[in-house]
Amino acid sequence: MKEFTCIICPNGCHVTIDDNGNITGNGCPRGLAYVKQESTHPLRTVTSTCKVVGSNKCRVVPCKTETAIPKERIFDCMKEIKKVEVKLPIKLHQILIEDVCETGVNVIATKGIE
Amino acid sequence: MENIELAIIGGGSAGLAAAISAYDNGVKNIVIFEREDRLGGILNQCIHNGFGLHTFKEELTGPEYAARFIDEFNKRGIEAKLNTLVLSLSKEKILTYSNSKEGVTQVKAQSVIFAAGCNERTRGQILIPGNRPKGVFTAGLAQKYLNIEGYLVGKNIYILGSGDIGLIMARRMTLEGCKVIGVSELMPYSNGLNRNIVQCLQDYNIPLKLHNTVTRIFGKDKLEAIEICDVDDKLRPIKGHEEIIKCDCLLLSVGLYPFNVLLNQAGVEVNMKTKGSAVDQNLETSIDGVFSCGNVLHVHDLVDFVSEEGTLAGKNASVYIKNPDRKISCIVNVNSGNNLGYVLPNRIRVTDDLKEVTFSFRVRKPIKKGTIYIKDGDAIIKKQFKSFLIPSEMEHVVLKDVDFKTFTELTVSVEETI
Repeated sequence: MKEFTCIICPNGCHVTIDDNGNITGNGCPRGLAYVKQESTHPLRTVTSTCKVVGSNKCRVVPCKTETAIPKERIFDCMKEIKKVEVKLPIKLHQILIEDVCETGVNVIATKGIE
Repeated sequence: MENIELAIIGGGSAGLAAAISAYDNGVKNIVIFEREDRLGGILNQCIHNGFGLHTFKEELTGPEYAARFIDEFNKRGIEAKLNTLVLSLSKEKILTYSNSKEGVTQVKAQSVIFAAGCNERTRGQILIPGNRPKGVFTAGLAQKYLNIEGYLVGKNIYILGSGDIGLIMARRMTLEGCKVIGVSELMPYSNGLNRNIVQCLQDYNIPLKLHNTVTRIFGKDKLEAIEICDVDDKLRPIKGHEEIIKCDCLLLSVGLYPFNVLLNQAGVEVNMKTKGSAVDQNLETSIDGVFSCGNVLHVHDLVDFVSEEGTLAGKNASVYIKNPDRKISCIVNVNSGNNLGYVLPNRIRVTDDLKEVTFSFRVRKPIKKGTIYIKDGDAIIKKQFKSFLIPSEMEHVVLKDVDFKTFTELTVSVEETI
């Protein structure tokens, strides 16, 4: 049996899923869908910063995975983000890492810096 | 002295929305005064996602959300004075500001919108006893150092307060390779959004201790350890429940309050509950033509509502500039009743064209099932059922299709349904 706190609305239903996959405790269908996703294949968007080199104006640029990636790959993704060194100018949504950790998802800049 | 139509103090989410809205409503001579070297305010350091779900129907990071408004702002060619600090504001709407190009300068504005955001409560304000070593930061300051300056402020982190900034920083520091030992929350419930409890703490197995607080700080030069302790129902530490935790960094996420100093100095009436200004339904303060919006008015949890308030303030400032001598038929005061932390607006200035008023409020404690009441004396004007009210989420209730002229004094309250 696994327990989840639903994050869809402020109620925060305590939802349980038993060994046969029966879901109980959800107050609405949206909670059911959330717990199905969370229990089988949890996904997260990773946001962080990448190192900027060759500028005395700024040291870092914020970045994110373009879409959510599997939760268990978060720390692998962070390792790759820490390796990046990027020069100015940076365009908003410029790709910083292509297909990070073979997830099929790019890491992109979330701020343009001239 | 130069004359301008509209002065906006603060170039963050509230100020940008206010400027755009005032411009689109016909005011062209606008200046934003911003003390930082860039527009966007606190959004610049909030690099996590989840912003803009209401406004743009998609999840943006803080800098992305800010960029959308900055683009619109720049398209209109509105002037922003960066690295500029407003030193004072007078009742006559004369602003004294200073920057390295102009020195100390004065400007007279027909209308002023105050959008200066909020401050974090510090260690001094919650009186944690013990030494004063380095390594104790407010969570937002640590966030600025990390996300904008690129400096990590510690390795073994403890967090006091479960507000959203604290939770976001717990995850952020963990991703950067720090050990986040735990989070203490004085109240018996978390002050953060469920989403952040799950995705920032539970995802990384960071323990959250409810009804617990930091009672001592140890270390001569650098922070070496803290003492945490359970508290009783009256929030007093319980003897024998102390625990020593070794750490080199303590982050405080213990509340925000409006940065309302300039308006206080100008003699604007203060709302003692929010510590921001008292305003009417147009967000106008007790000084005619001076408006307040965003976190300097009351601390928000969603930036979308900050932008909405900015937009409203901008529009109303434009109405004021075009016609400063409005005819007000009567003033109806608004009070916060049972279970409410506060309610805005504080008064309604009834004009002939007034159609509806939106009230914003927070409850003082979590309420599973409740009824929102708007009463005029004992008479119930509006009654609305609402489930799952919590202090960390601001609520709104709209009053329309009523004759505001007939009211004497309104009270907004929430009654618990058992």
